[in-house]
Amino acid sequence: MTASEFILISGMAAVTFGIRFFLFALADRIRMAPWLEASLRFIPPAVLTAIVFPAVLLPKGDWDLSASNPYLVSAGVAAAAGIVTRNLLATIAIGLGAFFIGRFWL
Amino acid sequence: MAVRNQEFLRGARDTLPLMLGALPFGMIYGAVAVASGLSPAAAVAMSAFVFAGSSQFIAVGLIASQTPPAIVVLTTLVVNLRHMLYSATLLPYLKHLHPAWRMALAFWLTDETFAVTVRRFQRGDGCRERHWYQFGSSVAMYLNWQLWSLVGLMLGNRIPQASDWGLDVAMPITFIGMIIPFVKTVPMMVCVLTAGAASLLTLGLPYKLGIIVSACAGIIAGLLAERSTKLAKGRATP
Repeated sequence: MTASEFILISGMAAVTFGIRFFLFALADRIRMAPWLEASLRFIPPAVLTAIVFPAVLLPKGDWDLSASNPYLVSAGVAAAAGIVTRNLLATIAIGLGAFFIGRFWL
Repeated sequence: MAVRNQEFLRGARDTLPLMLGALPFGMIYGAVAVASGLSPAAAVAMSAFVFAGSSQFIAVGLIASQTPPAIVVLTTLVVNLRHMLYSATLLPYLKHLHPAWRMALAFWLTDETFAVTVRRFQRGDGCRERHWYQFGSSVAMYLNWQLWSLVGLMLGNRIPQASDWGLDVAMPITFIGMIIPFVKTVPMMVCVLTAGAASLLTLGLPYKLGIIVSACAGIIAGLLAERSTKLAKGRATP
């Protein structure tokens, strides 16, 4: 490992842990406003969706809205599987299966 | 003691499906890290000490395009800001714990462990040992991530084109599986659709800032939708 790699990884580790620990460190010393607490439930789906949309619609950084975009097709298959089966393992397995079928066999 | 073991094992077990999603994603991280020119020791150290899949993946992409380390660290900060939202959600359930516990659970906080744990905590059975559930999920995710990123490194060394296989699809697919159980109400649907639309409108923002901006847009839309459905209900039943 070079010195610049060491600095890079230390920096990444420090900011990542800092973000994850900041509120845990404050613990009892913060009190949240009721509207803020009400907004917490929306956080996980909002964040995850904001990551998913660009990842499947612009998989290589360019728009690809065609049926030949395996990222988009497998995301659609995964969403359908999730709604139908309500099972996380089935959703991921079917989604990944659809991707690799589309990518390598068709 | 028995309760602790049980919570730990349940946490690990409920994380298993997400470990399947992290398998190809860890492999693609390892393969892309090799292709980016990062040394194997540095790639392993990043998994061990940063332990944040999507930001590691983005970081090796930036390293490959000769981005200065300061910008890579800044991007990591922005991409991982969402974890502060996660810790805000978990805080009410963990604030009574010893600082060492809070530190450990903070270090291991990932999208996956958060999604699994928050559903356990919100069941609200008041179990005093339920942080062991999060601990179990954390350890399972951590070991899984170390293993598969190492396999990806070795694979990337032997088969350089492995980084073009498209294994990165595992992240959106896993996340889709994680989103669906949350979307049970109209305000939640509004939140998700707004966040998704906003993420496409904010693509021009640098350092992946669009993620945090879009999430905020989705949260506000969800809160507004909730307020308007409550008002409508209030009028219907005076």
